[in-house]
Amino acid sequence: MQDDNKRNVKIRVRNLSKVFGNRPKQALELRDSGLKRSEIFEKTGQTLALSDINFDVYEGELLVIMGLSGSGKSTLIRCFNRLIEPTEGEVVIDDEDILSISAKELLEARRRHFSMVFQNFALFPHRTVQQNAEFGLEIRGVAKQQRRDTALKILKQVGLDGWEGAYPNQLSGGMQQRVGLARALANDGTVLLMDEAFSALDPLIRGDMQQELQELQHSTQKTTVFITHDLDEAINIGDRIVLLKDGEVVQIGTPEEILTKPADDYVKRFVEGVDMSKILTAEHAMRPVRATARESDGPRTTLRKMSENSIDSIYVTSRNRTLLGLVEIDSLELAAQEGKDDICNIMTQDFRSVGLNEPLQNLFAMFNKKNFPIAVVDDDKRLLGVVVKGTVLDELAQVGENK
Amino acid sequence: MAIDIPRIPLGDWIEGGLDWLTSEFSNVTRSISQVTQNGIDGLNDALMWLPPWALLLIIVGICWRVSNYRLAIGALLGLALVWNMNLWTPMIETLTLVVIATLLAVVIALPIGIAAALSDRLYRVIMPGLDFMQTMPAFVYLIPAIPFFGIGSVSAIFATVIFSMPPAIRFTTLGIRQVPEELIEASDAYGATRSQKLFKVQLPMSLPTVMAGINQTIMLALSMVVIAAMIGAGGLGSEVWRAIQRLQPGAGFEAGIAVVILAMLLDRITQSLGKGRKS
Repeated sequence: MQDDNKRNVKIRVRNLSKVFGNRPKQALELRDSGLKRSEIFEKTGQTLALSDINFDVYEGELLVIMGLSGSGKSTLIRCFNRLIEPTEGEVVIDDEDILSISAKELLEARRRHFSMVFQNFALFPHRTVQQNAEFGLEIRGVAKQQRRDTALKILKQVGLDGWEGAYPNQLSGGMQQRVGLARALANDGTVLLMDEAFSALDPLIRGDMQQELQELQHSTQKTTVFITHDLDEAINIGDRIVLLKDGEVVQIGTPEEILTKPADDYVKRFVEGVDMSKILTAEHAMRPVRATARESDGPRTTLRKMSENSIDSIYVTSRNRTLLGLVEIDSLELAAQEGKDDICNIMTQDFRSVGLNEPLQNLFAMFNKKNFPIAVVDDDKRLLGVVVKGTVLDELAQVGENK
Repeated sequence: MAIDIPRIPLGDWIEGGLDWLTSEFSNVTRSISQVTQNGIDGLNDALMWLPPWALLLIIVGICWRVSNYRLAIGALLGLALVWNMNLWTPMIETLTLVVIATLLAVVIALPIGIAAALSDRLYRVIMPGLDFMQTMPAFVYLIPAIPFFGIGSVSAIFATVIFSMPPAIRFTTLGIRQVPEELIEASDAYGATRSQKLFKVQLPMSLPTVMAGINQTIMLALSMVVIAAMIGAGGLGSEVWRAIQRLQPGAGFEAGIAVVILAMLLDRITQSLGKGRKS
C-alpha cells in the first residue's frame, strides 16, 4: 500500500518475542537455529508465545489482530502495555520505547496511552457504573467534579444515561461491555486496546456493538487495536488486519487483500469460512447497461430499444448520463396508444440506486417484487451500470468456486 | 535395651526465653499493661455510667438499625433477662474485654493479613504460625501472660488477642487473594499504583470476607475472655468460675446463658454489618 508511507506511525512493533518459561534465552537460541515452536517446547519445556513480530499501527486506524486461540494475540496486546513482560524486542509508541522505560514511567505511559477493554468486561463489582467509568481518571488523580462530568458525557455517548447509579451485576452482558467501553473512553488514552471485547456477547448485540465501535472510531479517529478470533468480525470492522498463527505474523493487509490474496494456505483456509457477501460490493456485481432511453425519446423509440434487448423496463438518462427515472413496458404501451410523445411524464422513481461501494449483502434486500435492476450511480448520480438479481448470485457462486 | 536418649529440654528453653523476655522488657510490658488497663477501665466506666435501661435501648436500637425488628426484639428480651438475673455488671465487664481485645486483634491482624496476601513468601511463613496459634490449647496462653502482665484483665486481653487473631488474618488474606485476576489486570492496565490497587480494588472487594473474619475473631475473643476468668479477668467468666468452685449448677447456667445471649447479639450485629457493606 503506497499511501502507507504518508501515514503517521503510532506504535511500532519490532522483533518482539515472548517466551513463557524460566530459560527464555535458550528458547530464543533454538528458535534462531531454526526450530519450530512445538520442537522448542518438547526439548526445553519453554513456550515460544510470540516470535519476531513486526508491524506498525498507524495513527487513527482500527487495526485488528486476529488469530485462533493459542496464536499469541492476547499475549501480544498485553506486551503493548507490559501487562506481560516481553522477552525481547521493541514496542515504540510516540517515539518512546515502552519496553525500556522504568516502572514509574510505565505507570505514566499506561495512564496516558492505553485504555483497555477486556473480554469478560473486568468491571469492578463494588463500584457503580459511573464509578467504573471514572476509574482511569481517578487513578490519574483528576478532580472529582471533572471526572464526574467526563464520565456522564461518555456514558451518554455509549447509551447508558440513566444507569449511572446501577451496579454492574444489574446490567446485561451488552450493557456491561458498554460500561467497559465507557471506562476506556473516559480515560481517553491515545490508544484503545480491545481484547476480544465483543466475543462474550451474543451475536445480535455483537453486531450492534461492532457497528457502534466503527462509528465511534470513525468520529473520534482514535487509534484502536482490536483482538479477535473471528475473521468475520475482523473483516467487518478492521481497516487492516494482522493475522497471527503460532506466535508469528502470517499476513498483514486490508480485509480485501486478506480475502482476495491470501498469503498462504493457512490464511486461505481461514478465509473459506467468511461470508463473502459482506466483502464484495456493488462494483463487483455490476454489469454495463444494455440500453437506456434518453429524456427526449418518444414512447415508440423507447419500446423499440426495449424489444431489441428483450427487457421490460428501462432507465431514462439525460444527455450527460444523469439518471432521471425508470419506465416500464406497460405504461409505455399505454402512452403509445394514446399518442403521447413524451416519456418523462410516465417515469417512475420506484427503483433503488446505490453507490459503487455498497456491500453486496445489502443488495439482496433491495430487490422488490418487480425485480427491477438496481442502478449503480456515481456521486453525481450518473448511471454507471446495473445489478440484476442473477449477477449477485453469480458473483457469490464464482467466489465460492475460486476458493 | 532401652537406649538412653537425653530428653530435649524444650520446656526449659521456653521458660528461659520467657524469663528473659519478662526481665528485659519489663518496662515495655509495664507500660503496655498501664495503657491497656486504662483503656479497659475507661470503656468499662463509660458503659457502667449509663443506666442499664439506657444502654439496653441503645443496643436494641443498633440491632434495629443494622438488621431488622426481630433481632431488636431478641436483644430486648435477652438483655432484659440478663439484667433481671443480676448479671448486668459482669456482662458489661465481659463486653469491655471483648471489645478491647477485638480492636487490638483487628488492628494487628489487618496489616499482617494484607502483607501475607501480597507476598507469597510472607504467606508461607505466616500460615504455619497461625496454625500454631489456633491449635495450641487456649489455657496455655494464660500462663506466660501472668509473668508479663500480672493477674487480671490485661493478661486476659493479651491471651485473648493471641487466641482470637488468626481468623482475622486468614480471612483478610483470603479476601484479598480472592479478588479475580482480571480485575487486578484491569487496574494495572489503567496504571494504578500498588496502593491505589489495594485501597480502590483489593480491600473494598474483600470487605465482606474481612468482616466474616472479624466476626470469627469476636466469637473466639468471647470464648477466651470467659476462660480468662481463671487468671482474674472478671466478668461473666468469673461468675461461671465461682459457680464451679461452689458447685452451684443454677448460678453456673445463668451466667452461661448470659454469655450465649451476648455471643448471639455480637454475632448477629457483626454479620449484618458485613452483609450491609456488600450491596
